[in-house]
Amino acid sequence: MKAQIFITLKSGVLDPQGKAVHHALGALGFEEAEDVRQGKFIEMELADGTPRERIEQMCEKLLANTVIENYDIRILSGEDAA
Amino acid sequence: MKAAVVVFPGSNCDRDMAVAIEKIGGVKPQMVWHGETDLPDVDLIALPGGFSYGDYLRTGAIAANSPIMSAVKKAAEEGRHVFGVCNGFQMLAEAQILPGALLRNSGLDYVCRDVDLVVEDSETPFTLAYEGGETIRIPVAHHDGNYFADEDTLDRLEGEGQVVFRYGEAVNGSQRNIAGIRNKRGNVLGMMPHPERLIEDELGGADGRRLFEGLAKTLS
Repeated sequence: MKAQIFITLKSGVLDPQGKAVHHALGALGFEEAEDVRQGKFIEMELADGTPRERIEQMCEKLLANTVIENYDIRILSGEDAA
Repeated sequence: MKAAVVVFPGSNCDRDMAVAIEKIGGVKPQMVWHGETDLPDVDLIALPGGFSYGDYLRTGAIAANSPIMSAVKKAAEEGRHVFGVCNGFQMLAEAQILPGALLRNSGLDYVCRDVDLVVEDSETPFTLAYEGGETIRIPVAHHDGNYFADEDTLDRLEGEGQVVFRYGEAVNGSQRNIAGIRNKRGNVLGMMPHPERLIEDELGGADGRRLFEGLAKTLS
């Protein structure tokens, strides 16, 4: 099975990198880009049947720093995981 | 002063730290590889600056989960002195030995220069050779030194007097200009600036020296 983990900065945390990307998009003429927040995307192969709880523990212990980041786990199975 | 300096893959201030401890504390510290699970019997454990694990994932995140860090955490709980500089501070925050997190500098630049630093608390074992409120010059060299904690945590830190060093100028966007904090008990200090780099005038200044003098006095 496969899991996708999206790690994003919490709303109160400033994101200077996202701001710089936003600025660069504006300079390229993409005025419709109103705000940019930059995060991380982690894709993981897992042993079949791994419970979601284990992936949450991975996020809590290492993959995300919950002081500043949120995480969202998507588990892919069947055709999605291929 | 019996001390250990923990060495991680990518540490690059470990030798400066060891020289400062030996010159001022009078005893050569033991260098401990991060893969060890036990610490020697020492009074001071220093986590040096550098780029442990290439700063992968988040600065200090992988080092904070190194085998040695369980022993560091235990030593901190026992009241032994733990001193994290730069990447060492990032590790202490990631290991939740100190509150908050170090984010990318607000200007996105790697900042490498001497900065004004205000000693907010001269009662800690790390700062007792300084005057309270004194401004000193200490170099910073970091890309991720922008201290962040939520408002409640910041208020609590201020209320408990845990802000030990504050920048006297704009450096990296840190909340409330925080440059260094201690734990509640006062035996753990994390700071982004590098006192170990300025311990004698030949190096351009000696303002970092008194931090080690304070420690040597406390731990002798």
